[in-house]
Amino acid sequence: MTSQTAPPPVEDERRTPRRQLPRLVVGGRDVTSGVGFVVALVLLVVLAAVTTENFLTEQNLTNLLRQMVTVGLLAYGMLVVILTAGIDLSVGSVVAFSGIVSAGLVADLPIPLALAVGVAAGIGFGLVNGLLIAGFDLAPFVVTLAALTTIRGLAFVYSEVPIAPEDPGFFTLGTALAGPIPVPTLIMIGVFVVGGIFLTRTPAGRAIVAIGGNRETVRLAGISVKKHLVLAYTISGTCAGLAGVILASRVGIAQPSVGVAFELDAIAACVIGGASLAGGRGSVRATLGGVIVLSLINNLLNLHGVQSFWQQVLKGLIIIAVIIVQRRSMGERA
Amino acid sequence: MTLRIRGVRKSFGQVEVLHGIDLLAEKGEVLAVVGANGAGKSTLIKILAGAQPASEGELWLDGERLDLRSPHDAHEAGIRTVYQELTLVPELTVTENLLIGSLPRRAGLIDWAAAHRRAQELLDELGFGAVRATTKAGRLSVARQQMVEIAKALVSEPKVLVLDEPSAVLAGSDLDSLFALVRRLQERGVIVIYISHRLAEVAALANSIVVIRDGTVVATTTPAETDESELIALMAGRRLERIYPDRRPAAGDTVLSVRGLTRAGEFEDVSFELRAGEIVGLFGLVGAGRSELAHCLFGDTRPDGGSVRLDGAELQPDGPRAAIRSGLALVTEDRKRTGIVASMTVRDNIALATMRATMRGPLIDGARQGARVAGMVRRFDIRPAHSAAMRIDRLSGGNQQKAILAKWLLAGPRVLILDEPTRGVDMATRVDIYRTVDELARSGCTVLLISSDLTEVIGATDRVLVMHDGRIAGELDSAGATEDQVLARSIGEAAA
Ligand SMILES: Nc1ncnc2c1ncn2[C@@H]1O[C@H](COP(=O)(O)OP(=O)(O)OP(=O)(O)O)[C@@H](O)[C@H]1O
Ligand SMILES: [Mg+2]
Repeated sequence: MTSQTAPPPVEDERRTPRRQLPRLVVGGRDVTSGVGFVVALVLLVVLAAVTTENFLTEQNLTNLLRQMVTVGLLAYGMLVVILTAGIDLSVGSVVAFSGIVSAGLVADLPIPLALAVGVAAGIGFGLVNGLLIAGFDLAPFVVTLAALTTIRGLAFVYSEVPIAPEDPGFFTLGTALAGPIPVPTLIMIGVFVVGGIFLTRTPAGRAIVAIGGNRETVRLAGISVKKHLVLAYTISGTCAGLAGVILASRVGIAQPSVGVAFELDAIAACVIGGASLAGGRGSVRATLGGVIVLSLINNLLNLHGVQSFWQQVLKGLIIIAVIIVQRRSMGERA
Repeated sequence: MTLRIRGVRKSFGQVEVLHGIDLLAEKGEVLAVVGANGAGKSTLIKILAGAQPASEGELWLDGERLDLRSPHDAHEAGIRTVYQELTLVPELTVTENLLIGSLPRRAGLIDWAAAHRRAQELLDELGFGAVRATTKAGRLSVARQQMVEIAKALVSEPKVLVLDEPSAVLAGSDLDSLFALVRRLQERGVIVIYISHRLAEVAALANSIVVIRDGTVVATTTPAETDESELIALMAGRRLERIYPDRRPAAGDTVLSVRGLTRAGEFEDVSFELRAGEIVGLFGLVGAGRSELAHCLFGDTRPDGGSVRLDGAELQPDGPRAAIRSGLALVTEDRKRTGIVASMTVRDNIALATMRATMRGPLIDGARQGARVAGMVRRFDIRPAHSAAMRIDRLSGGNQQKAILAKWLLAGPRVLILDEPTRGVDMATRVDIYRTVDELARSGCTVLLISSDLTEVIGATDRVLVMHDGRIAGELDSAGATEDQVLARSIGEAAA
């Protein structure tokens, strides 16, 4: 009943197997993690250096280093949360609140204490987010969206007008230099180094990564999912608080309206770095790469004097392009 | 109609796992594919299912060369596949899982009544009437989910049906329904590719048998020409002298004592004792409440009544964490949902339950953890040998199972509960697992072995508890027990 068509002998030359580079796994070997970024970075730097006069000036580079601190700190916290398959939309509002509170307190408190209170506010907000999400089993998107408006509101309640402390000591944290490198940049790098070790080498960090992969398995392995979720959001809140205080100190004026849509940049940095919003996958190093790429794009567009609305359009398109290149180089299925 | 696979090769990165496979199946033929864990069976059928492209080679069906670029292409060509791992959407009803894409409509809206009716008819016709179409898939037992998976492949009759270890989670009458179904399909001229580690059923069902070892076909034979021990030898590349270890010496003192344990709707008035150094089997049909009992013992669910005592002290149901501290361990039956963290490496998975065992200050001592994991990879012969740094979902199903066992062995449990630990595990590996469990028992650990495999539940244990309908329906000494005795109690026929 069958046509016994003998299939022709196999002649076509060996098809080379599709290139499949290992993915970026926290703790896994990141042999290939560089490739995508190095290409993107080199392209951006060359582009910037060739098409603008000011890119390679000391002033611009210092500026670049300073500007990446906010998104950098937010991105690390965001990564921790994304690894658990969550999201933290409230970080932009926390930046505003922490900044304005510390600026406001400078009049009454010693400066270090005022700054510490700003960071502590971030810790507190993160803790509340985490407790709501883990304790009541609420969706992270919903909880942190509610936190976004609540905390923004609180910032305006604290002060409707920007606060610019007169004490020059307030600016020290944000503007100090260590050699050629801004101190805030060093703080950010410190957060990434310690944060990287935390995620790859401590039981709590590994638990956070594992929860995003399969929380049932983690729970049955005797690890408290709730506790680690709270920890993850607290870390994100802490980073946001720190970012807010540093930002206020750098620009010297704290505005209740600052930080709108910062969460999106932070998420973009993680995703450019290969993190999966489904959780369990993401790399600290690659996220830092994402932060640098994002900052370079901003800087480039600024130097070219691109009008700000067009900047947003271009940035969006460039982010998509970078992500596509990045995914390809990681051998992700199209 | 002929299905012909020619010279199929498959590489992942630099590693080639299929080295030129040739297969031939005629209309109405049941072709069994057997091989050890990691031999490449699932990889082969994923190629046939259009889920992964072959690196090289050809597929021919009905005289036409197939170019399968996606599962959709395979469906169009009449090839349907039931994967080894469950793929149902747990939040959707059985009906939706079955008919998604072809839900009946009336006036543009989904006609739910008609949809449920059609789904139920399909299930009934296939002999899976025990599954209700209106249930959410995630609420079904693994066995029932497997039935839905099979039904899904048969919504429209395929030319080729590929079943990757369909029987691994089925037992008793469910298994009979499956066999009857395969025979009916065969009569209707469907080509059935049947992958299984259970050689007895392979012998009963198949017209021909293909043995794959390390990505190469090492034998093509028929049930008449071969026997189990030859197949096992072909698969393993070595002869296995015996499957089950010797019986252990008389057990020690009572370790775990369960009294009147009850959880409404799951199990009722369950009492038994486990002694040190003993392996106790727990047999029962699907729905008898075995896994539910296991989760309850592990503190994962709270009982409505009764008590569990460990060394005489009452065990509080305070969650898995407390249970593990007291020395309990549970290997769950659903590898994908509750066994592995798919996005992590084999190493992370094996170390998951014991991360704090290798600390240096606040950090995990990578070298020590790595050494412990490497020891387990060697002990269980988890393949490939360099798999510690691989993502666990890149391993074959049987090797994933070994990694999960390794995870719990590292925790050094006093009472180890194994829920279907040899599901999807090849013969040679099973023997390794039986030996490991035996060694554990001899060193004083108590093992509760839940299994739907009659031979195993008698052969590998000292005693067998039989559950029927949520109750303990009997207890037998493994030494004298027969499969019929166990089975009779599991369907509530004989008194203990
Ligand atoms: N995505 C992947 N990346 C790398 N290696 C893979 C991948 N998928 C499978 N492999 C490897 O291919 C080999 C064959 O695996 P396969 O799943 O086909 O085995 P199997 O015969 O089905 O085994 P089992 O009986 O355990 O299910 C294994 O060594 C496995 O580790
Ligand atoms: Mg398989």
